[in-house]
This record gives sequence, C-alpha cells and structure tokens, in this order.
Amino acid sequence: MHEPIVASEELTKRYGRHTVVDAVSLTVRRGEIYGFLGPNGAGKTTTLRMLVGLVRPTRGSARVLGGRPGDPAVLRRVGALIEGPGFYPYLSGRDNLRVLARYRRLADADVEQALDQVDLSARGGDRYKSYSLGMKQRLGVAAALLGEPDLLILDEPTNGLDPSGMADMRDLIRKLAAQGRTVLLSSHLLGEVQQLCDRVGVIAGGRLLTESTVAELRGASSLLVRAEPALLAEQVIAATLGAVEVRRTADGGLEVHAEPDRNPELVRALVGAGVEVHEIRSVERTLEEAFFEMTDHAPREELAS
Amino acid sequence: MNTIASLRAELLRLWKWPVTWVITGVWLTLNVFFGYLLDYLSYRDAVGAGDRRLAGALLAQLSLERVPSTMVTGLPMFGSALVLILAALVTGSGFGWNTWRTVFTQGPGRLQALGGTLLALALVVVAFTVLTLLTDMTASSIVMAAEGQALVWPGLGAVAEGLGGALLIGGTWAAGGALIGILARSPGLSVGLGLVWVLIVENLLRGVAGLLGPLETVTDLLPGTAAGSLAGALGAAGAAEAGGAPGVFTVLSGGQSIALLALYLVAFVVAASLVLTRRDA
Repeated sequence: MHEPIVASEELTKRYGRHTVVDAVSLTVRRGEIYGFLGPNGAGKTTTLRMLVGLVRPTRGSARVLGGRPGDPAVLRRVGALIEGPGFYPYLSGRDNLRVLARYRRLADADVEQALDQVDLSARGGDRYKSYSLGMKQRLGVAAALLGEPDLLILDEPTNGLDPSGMADMRDLIRKLAAQGRTVLLSSHLLGEVQQLCDRVGVIAGGRLLTESTVAELRGASSLLVRAEPALLAEQVIAATLGAVEVRRTADGGLEVHAEPDRNPELVRALVGAGVEVHEIRSVERTLEEAFFEMTDHAPREELAS
Repeated sequence: MNTIASLRAELLRLWKWPVTWVITGVWLTLNVFFGYLLDYLSYRDAVGAGDRRLAGALLAQLSLERVPSTMVTGLPMFGSALVLILAALVTGSGFGWNTWRTVFTQGPGRLQALGGTLLALALVVVAFTVLTLLTDMTASSIVMAAEGQALVWPGLGAVAEGLGGALLIGGTWAAGGALIGILARSPGLSVGLGLVWVLIVENLLRGVAGLLGPLETVTDLLPGTAAGSLAGALGAAGAAEAGGAPGVFTVLSGGQSIALLALYLVAFVVAASLVLTRRDA
C-alpha cells in the first residue's frame, strides 16, 4: 500500500513566460485512490499529461511504475483518460476499442470485457458520434481499462455526467480500486474527492499546496457547546478535558478542540456543575472549508461541492 | 512489432472510414471520366467529322497497350490532390478528434504509431493504384471491344513501370499530406493548404517562372514538376496532346524525376516523424 507508484520531483511546465505547473512533487501509492484536487485551470490536466508523456516537462522529473513517463513499457501498464475521451466518430464504440486493442496487441475478448465493465455492451455497436456525453465518458474509461492496467489515470471522469451517471462512475471507480488498481483521479469536485479518495493533493495556480489524507486535510474534529453560564461552562470544560483549546464563537457558543467521544463525559460534568446545556455536538470541517482555507485566492465559482 | 500492431490498428479504422472509400471512388470515377469517357466521346466526334488522324490518335490513346501510361496521366494533377487530401485527413483529423492523444497513451511509441499510419497509407496507395490499373484495363477493353479492335495487352515490364511510377507519385503526395496534417494539426486547414499548394501555388510559380530565370530552376525542382515529369517519362500525354492532361511535363528525365520524388518522400516522412515525436501532444 505504501509503495510509490507515481512520484514526481519539482515537475514544472512553462509555456513562454506562463508557468502552468510549478514544481509539483506528488506521490501516489500502490492501491490507493489519489485525488488530484484543484479548480479549473489549476494545472491538473497538464500535470497528468506530463505523467503519461503527452507533454514534456520544462523542468523536474517523474517516475511512473518505476519507469519514464511515456515509455511504451510503462504505458502498457497504465490506463489513461486525459482531457475527455478522444475517439473516431464514424466507428462504433466497439470498433474504437478494437482499434485501441490492436495498438496494445490485445484480443477482441478484452474489448468485450472492457465494454462490460462500463455497462456499454448493449450499445457497443452504435456509432460513437451517436453516444450521449455519459456514454462517451464511459467508453473513455473502457479504453483506459483495456489490458487490465495497474494504474488508472482519470482526468475529471465525471465531467458532463448527470447525477446518476456521476454516481455510477464513482461506483465503478470504487470497484476498480477494490480490484487492487491504483487510481489517480483529478477533479474539481470537492464532494467527489471526499467520497472517493484515500489521499488528496491540492493544486492551485500550478502549485501543489498540500498532500495528505482527506481526514488530515479536514483537520481534527471539535465540539460545539452552547451552555449557560458560559464562563462556568468554560471552567468546567477546562477542568474536565484538561489543556484543550476553547474558543468563543461569534454567536456565544464555545468551540472545544476535543474528540467527539469526550462528549458524554463533558455533558455529565457540565450538568453536575449546574450548567444549563442547550446544545452540544461534534463539528467537522468539510473538505471544502479546508480547501478554501488553503486557497483563499481561488475563485469559488470554479469549484463545486 | 509495435509498428505492425499500429499498422493493424490503422488499417481497421481506415477500412471502416467512409472517407477512404469516397476518395477512392472519386479518383476511379475521375480517372475513367477523363481518361476514357471524354476521349471516347472525342473519338466518336472525330469519326463523325471524318477526322481520321485525330480519331486514330484518340483510339490509340484508349488502347490496352496505353493503360500503363493512361493510369499515371491524371495522377500529377487531381490524383495527387486526392491522395494528399486523404493523407492530410488521416493525420490532421487525429488532432481534431484527439485520437492521437488516445493512441499515444495506449503504449506504442510515437514513431511506431506514425509508422503504422504511414504504412497503412502506403497500403491504401497500393490498393488505389492496383484498382486504377484494373479499372483502366476494364474500360479500355470495353472500348476496344465496342470498336471491334483486337485486345493487345501491355507488356509486364510496361505494367510494372506504370505501377511503380503511380506508387511513387501517390506515395510522395501521401507523405506530403501526412506532413501537412501533422503541421497544421487540423483536417480542414491541412486539406486547404495542400490543395492550394498542389493546384494553385505550383502552377502560379510555373506561370511566372518564364519571367524570372532563377525561379525556373526552383520550379523544375518542385514535387509537382517531378510527379508530372515522371508521368511524362512513362508516356502520359501532356495537356497539348490529344487525350493529354494538365500537370504532365517533360521537364525532367525519368531518372531525375524518380530521384527527386524519392528525396521528397524521405524528406516528408522524416519531417513528419520529427515534428510528431518532438511536439507536445
């Protein structure tokens, strides 16, 4: 689980004087779903394009499955869907996959298996140009699954899908990860990353701001206490929980930096001391809040929860 | 091995691409129309007018023996343009549909992927050429039978020369089209640029070359001049002759034309490979 399968060192891409990706060093470990989170234009796609050898870095380096990005031996073990699907519109979905299977020297049976995995077998004979956006996206994932790759690199795989399509795609990604595949998933959807990913790299303005587990990123939980008198409540909390940080909120409540499992103990102590407890509940930061704390300059409208 | 895998993939998609069949059909139709139908109607007209000399020249042009030269007559002008369009669409559309990007993430190296595409195009040109030979032989046989003439088949050597010349002309323009498609990264722009070059720029340059001495040397070395000269060396009639076609020249010798076309073919392939392998996708 901890073996790095993708590792980049100071990966940088400049177009003229414009730096699109700025010294990104990320690590994706075997077997995890890694979320590459950032607003549109943050540099996610360019980073992924460098990791599959479509774009040469201006500076820095990367290792993918122990090899150089773009190396044919490496690419045969990688399935990628970058910047949306790219297929021949006049061919059927099945024939498009057959063309790609020939590039990979795979049999037609592999094509059927890939179509089956994304639930497109019934429509595999239809022309690609007649597909809905969701079907096109699923065919892109099917192409990425050809050859049963060890690593899946999926760039915004739920882009353009309706809510039901998004849910299906997330289920598929979970299923693929459960089969032991490593998934590197880029997204601007905070909820999606929070639901799916084991670890997250947050990128904004071309720079990797942080890389950690979703739980670490959201930070420790706290307790919100509304009680009267507040001063006495504050003293009881300090006596019960010891040296924990207690902060008064704007509406007169107390935010206590303690784990939620201290809740019953605290209620007993407060009530026993004659404090009137109106409310006590655990508060968790959402990934969205954590994200905006890090990227307070990021335009909110480009991120969706 | 990757190149063979790429070739098999490209052949599958070219076989199923309507554009391949439309362009082949258009070429065969134009070839029969300009190479046989118009000449046959002119022949009937000359017979009706009692012009036996013209009628004899036109009938000779339609004979089976002349098939190897007739099949290359239309190549320097519209045959080249059609091959160039097909090749430019093959490579250029890959950027429009983002299929190059998909292919590059599948495992073949870029050079192997391009090698597969160029080999598939070469096979299409071979099929194009063989179909032209068969169509022309059929058309000529029908004319000769209709006119009660004996079917005198061309020698194998002449057929081989005609096929070889057609393959070299078609192959060079296919490589040129593939290069333009890669440079322009767009099917529309590459087709437009290719046609402007083949049908307009080269002819304009030849038109003004008589006024500027140094320019004449340049026009003699253009790919269109080499293709037209090879067709001329193989016996194709120029525009001034009965049953002749524009784009056929006698500027260069057969050997010079072959050498120059081979040079262009290699240069186009090398340039396409360099651009595709070095540029970000």
